[in-house]
Amino acid sequence: MVSSQNENRLLSSEGDSQRTQYPYVTGTSVIGIKYKDGILMAADMGGSYGSTIRYKSVERLKQVGKHSLIGASGEISDFQEILRYLDELILHDNMWDDGNSLGPKEVHNYLTRVMYNRRNKFDPLWNSLILGGVKNGKKYLGSVSMIGVHFEDDHVATGFGNHLARPILREEWREDLTFEEGVKLLEKCMRNLLYRDRSAVNKLQIAKITEEGLTISQPYSLKTFWNFAAFQNPTVGAEGSW
Amino acid sequence: MSSEGMDGPKLGFSFDLYSRNDMLTKKGLKPPGYLKTGTTIVGLIFKDGVILGADTRATAGPIVADKNCEKIHYMAPNIYCCGAGTAADTEAVTDNISSQLKLHRYHTGRESRVVTALTLLKSHLFRYQGHVSAALVLGGVDVTGPHLHTIYPHGSTDTLPFATMGSGSLAAMAIFESEYREGLTRDEGVNLVTKAICSGIFNDLGSGSNVDICVIEKGKKEYLRNHLTPNPRTYISSKGYAFSKKTEVLLTKITPLKELVDVVQVGGDAMEE
Repeated sequence: MVSSQNENRLLSSEGDSQRTQYPYVTGTSVIGIKYKDGILMAADMGGSYGSTIRYKSVERLKQVGKHSLIGASGEISDFQEILRYLDELILHDNMWDDGNSLGPKEVHNYLTRVMYNRRNKFDPLWNSLILGGVKNGKKYLGSVSMIGVHFEDDHVATGFGNHLARPILREEWREDLTFEEGVKLLEKCMRNLLYRDRSAVNKLQIAKITEEGLTISQPYSLKTFWNFAAFQNPTVGAEGSW
Repeated sequence: MSSEGMDGPKLGFSFDLYSRNDMLTKKGLKPPGYLKTGTTIVGLIFKDGVILGADTRATAGPIVADKNCEKIHYMAPNIYCCGAGTAADTEAVTDNISSQLKLHRYHTGRESRVVTALTLLKSHLFRYQGHVSAALVLGGVDVTGPHLHTIYPHGSTDTLPFATMGSGSLAAMAIFESEYREGLTRDEGVNLVTKAICSGIFNDLGSGSNVDICVIEKGKKEYLRNHLTPNPRTYISSKGYAFSKKTEVLLTKITPLKELVDVVQVGGDAMEE
């Protein structure tokens, strides 16, 4: 018994290193779509600590350089670390001072490499990221998961958004959505998530990035409807049931 | 054989075979896999009644076992039930309660009520503590009006204006949450249900093939089997299958059956015993 304990201690030098085993403060889904002039992204502002909604003003949509926008779900501290990596990346890019700047495709590739490398070291950054942007008139929208799975598409979502928002986007997304239509579509998906995702909060931001630049809206709430007749009196005709 | 029925069913789940199964598993015997329906089932209440919808794919692990199974089960002339989960469980539990409802109709002389079916199903499932893996969407129209309920494998129930169950429930619920209104007409309701099932069929791997619909109104019902078939077989050879001409026929021998079999007529009706 004692010798096996010693063995464990010898091997535990691996166990001493800091590894993210499970996330603590998490953000829920992010949804992104391409529209006529660029990219639209929506995320709510909740940071859950397990099953408590601990923080209600977490900004999960951030600008990256001149051309890109990143949205993250998952562990918030790992997202802040990613923002620091991206800061350094953009800084070094600016220091070249060569008139060229990293576009969304390049930033997406960088993030993919970072996420995959961390996964290979069994120490992942526990996030699902959405990266969108416009450079030289070309729109780009991509997604990276915590194990390095990455792809590019016309509409992407993380977490629960994959199950609840993707079906709606597959039905209703079109190439030539205007800004208003795009926002309406995103709000439809976010409302769905608000009803059916337990870690969603009713305070969201929508970010828009076009060739001209980036704007992140002020936080606002969605209107919800609870007045179905069956909700008012669910057991009419069935006294005693629920 | 103890008498089972409305007066005194045997109480509790019988765990008699538990230790024997446990011993066999320890010895390395893999328990037989069961056919799961991996499903999208939905129901909604419209102006005059209830519409139920279901996909038609039955899976056994990663394989599609049945491309066109029936998931909307008959309970009573005015009550139908969609089932998700283990196919045998949904089939057995709905058949069982359907029989009990029929006996009850004979006993009372009245049309069955949805809450009766609800209570019978939930008591049965609760008794089996979730081991009967049946998740049901029960809908019907009786004297008290249209009703729609969901029943979970452990025996809890909900009464809802619109409901989805199964692996494709999130995809279907996304459609319902964004487009359901009160007071839908029959055609609007059928279109919405079809849209929700299609969302499940195309966005969930456990659901697929065709859309079945059942519309129940006061005094009448319509079972629309394969209402929509959005997954037809794309390439069908018009020539059919023919053996290659190079196949050599070595021997042709035809043995008529009558020569080898003696059909003996026993007196009276052959089926009588």
